[in-house]
Amino acid sequence: MKILVPVRRVPNPDIKVRLKSDGSGVDTEGVNFLVNPFDEYAIEEAVQIVEKGGGEVVLVSIGTADCEETLRAGLALGALRGWLVETDEVLDSAAIADVLAAVFKEESPDLVITGKQSVDTDNNQAAQMLAAKLDLPQACFAFKVELGDGKATVEREIDGGLDVKEISLPAIITADLRLNQPRYAALPQIMKAKRKEVKKVSLGDLGVEAKSATKILGLAQPPARAAGQIVGSVEELVDKLVNDAKVL
Amino acid sequence: MSTLVIAESRQGDLRAATYNTIAAAKAKGGDFDILLLGSGSAAGADSLKEFGAGTVYYSEADAVAEYTAESYAKTAAALVGEKGYTAVMMGATTTGKDMIPRLGGLLGAGMVSDVIGFDGANYLRPMFAGNAIATIEVNTPVAVMTVRETAFDAAAPSGGASAVAEAAAVGDDRAKFIEYRLTESSRPDLGAASIIVSAGRGVKDAEGVKQVEALADLLGAAVGASRAVVDEGLLPNDLQVGQTGKIVAPDLYIACGISGAIQHVAGMKDSKVIVAINKDEEAPIFEVADYGLVADFAKAVPEFMEKVKALK
Repeated sequence: MKILVPVRRVPNPDIKVRLKSDGSGVDTEGVNFLVNPFDEYAIEEAVQIVEKGGGEVVLVSIGTADCEETLRAGLALGALRGWLVETDEVLDSAAIADVLAAVFKEESPDLVITGKQSVDTDNNQAAQMLAAKLDLPQACFAFKVELGDGKATVEREIDGGLDVKEISLPAIITADLRLNQPRYAALPQIMKAKRKEVKKVSLGDLGVEAKSATKILGLAQPPARAAGQIVGSVEELVDKLVNDAKVL
Repeated sequence: MSTLVIAESRQGDLRAATYNTIAAAKAKGGDFDILLLGSGSAAGADSLKEFGAGTVYYSEADAVAEYTAESYAKTAAALVGEKGYTAVMMGATTTGKDMIPRLGGLLGAGMVSDVIGFDGANYLRPMFAGNAIATIEVNTPVAVMTVRETAFDAAAPSGGASAVAEAAAVGDDRAKFIEYRLTESSRPDLGAASIIVSAGRGVKDAEGVKQVEALADLLGAAVGASRAVVDEGLLPNDLQVGQTGKIVAPDLYIACGISGAIQHVAGMKDSKVIVAINKDEEAPIFEVADYGLVADFAKAVPEFMEKVKALK
């Protein structure tokens, strides 16, 4: 089985972002970048499927030349090779889905697995848009994936618990947190990943226009919460909640 | 300029996010219609007649009796094509997050996730775990969006009577709903609760979780969790509060043993009153707390419960 895994380069989510003073974007000076955490679950799932049943895992990342680093990090987790679609343009989800659709057509995978959302934009859009553009079924927020003959049965994380959905292949699946436990890359794998094939192409090479349907006009700081207070005892806490905040 | 609100029901019951989404449509302005699909949607549509919509569409056809993103997105796309709506909105529930981008893909429409407000023709939404508010322009004829429930107070019936009409359902054989495996709970939903008691890494074990649950039950509260607690398997995933879990804004949020990682704070910082109980006085949760108590929750919670019982 061939599995295509789109991966995204994101600023370290554990560092609070600083906005540029003119609101035009985020100040990334001194910030390290990582593979989007949810995409690591996607890579792990794909690698486990291939380890069990054979096939190959192919990564694709879209963005600046720096995304090669992201791809190499993903290749060290067990993927075979990767695509780097190089562009300096900031693409929205609709444009990303167009690019992924073009790569899908080049590769004709049996399955696409990716993270349920990027932790920078928090959009949670591109995979579903890709499924729509390719007219393929989807299973988002996967908790468990079982592959059968030309189909997948997916348990999905939903409000209030799980549901179970059966989809025919090829299909698009997005990974949620409990899907698996992503492995750490061992040094020999990291070294090996440096030599794996990364095919670099431009949007023009793929013949996609990648027109964004949305544009970020500006970023602003959210309103800050008023400073709170430290109370000295449980008694004082209950008193404040009853008499000041009036929530008990 | 008209909007289609996609209402949501599960096993015949309308979900609360429907009313927040109607409020968002009213805040955006212009006329709106409502679409409700699934078994029981005829009765559901009837109950939505007094919220100011032009027409409430429904379908109980076999093709859409149970939810799949495939059939629901196709059905909604057909209605949008027929009626020419310029905006489609749905709550940012797991269903909305699943089907609205697919609808956007079908329509070639730009999408905005987690809308919290409107600025003229543009949309406001949080990014970077709520540390930035972005103004988004959509440059396609139709804009599709999910709406953050906590940003819009639920709409109440405003009288009048909308028309009710059947929508043409479109199925998709390649995706089949099998069953729900819902968590049994007698506690209120995270989204609907006015008080939430949340457990973090500091609760350590099942015994600690029981204490948190006991406090929640005393207060009639919902139970929430940080990602660490979910990863440990101490509480189910759908109770996870945070950037990638549930976004909540109750009247009172009590964080027990929660350190306050960026991802968790993103999910609860709009709560009206935040209480943090943590034995580490350096924990970042105290930066967003209205009332902080530096204490071991295992000692503080029983005492808190005593004092609350004494009030009653």
